[in-house]
Amino acid sequence: MCTMIVEKVKIEGSGKGASGWFTLQQANVSYDHPFNAPLEHALNIDFVNESQGPSARVAVEMSEAAARELVKTILAVLDQAETGGHLEQHHNLTA
Amino acid sequence: MYQTDMYEGVLAETVTLQGANGDLINAYFARPLGSGPFPAIVLAHHMPGWDEWYRETTFKFAQNGYAAISPNLYFRAGHGTPEDVAAKVRGEGGIADDSAVGDLEGAMKYVRSLPYINGKVGIFGTCSGGRHAYLAACRAEGFDAVVDCWGGGVVMTKDKLDAKHPVAPIEYTKDLPCPILGLFGEEDSSPTPEQVKQHEAELKKHDKNYDFHMYPDAGHGFFYYHRPMYRQAQAVDGWEKIFAFLEKYLCASA
Repeated sequence: MCTMIVEKVKIEGSGKGASGWFTLQQANVSYDHPFNAPLEHALNIDFVNESQGPSARVAVEMSEAAARELVKTILAVLDQAETGGHLEQHHNLTA
Repeated sequence: MYQTDMYEGVLAETVTLQGANGDLINAYFARPLGSGPFPAIVLAHHMPGWDEWYRETTFKFAQNGYAAISPNLYFRAGHGTPEDVAAKVRGEGGIADDSAVGDLEGAMKYVRSLPYINGKVGIFGTCSGGRHAYLAACRAEGFDAVVDCWGGGVVMTKDKLDAKHPVAPIEYTKDLPCPILGLFGEEDSSPTPEQVKQHEAELKKHDKNYDFHMYPDAGHGFFYYHRPMYRQAQAVDGWEKIFAFLEKYLCASA
């Protein structure tokens, strides 16, 4: 909480945590102290399902540069998928 | 100071106490064996949670003659590993200042109720815990000394204030009733050296008893031996300063 910089986003999908797969509810994106990455501050993403308690969490912690590259890569992959017409096959995972 | 022919014993266990709003929360409590009287210290854990470092540090204070208690400030977030619980709190933008102050006051009252206390209670915190320790010392009556280690967010701009953190801790400086020791690193970004200077100026303005140290070649969290920010020489010196400060202000019977 030393920076208190955090944003939440609702998401659909699955995450594999310590107890196996669970349904994801939201992602908490913060720029604050990581638990493990050897950095004072990191871009942290916690994929969680709060209805299942604090342990329903998939965590990643990365440097700012890595996070920016990851964002670019995700968007590039989605662009390719869109160009290839694959996004039309998307269906609501919770349906 | 410990001598090799001395008897030493510490009792350390999880206890339950009444925190903010009368809620029951848990706490890690460690005290020297014996009838005392012992000075007491409350530990305000850091943003990474009520974790192993804080249990170790609570035990360290007990080994050094203090009845030490570290309340679980994240109790209301639920239970799991300290990291998972702390991540949940991080995702919620931290805990409310009123909640932290109430829990720390509850821990202070818990140790004050014990028959082997000398009547003096200090408070120690690092990172967000340094900030919480300062807030508790200013707002809850009953602390006799405060140790603020690199507490970020004591100085806050108005845009950082929200419902959970409605008042910048520096605004409470006039109410600080006890001496304060502050340990900081020159390379820290929260608090920055400039923010530490502002805090120091406010303490001076209100004629408070303060002792601030700004360490070169150190940033945030330079006591944390399990993190890359650990700085050996600064950490050793910092701990010496902490125990000398507490000895001065907590070890004389009330």
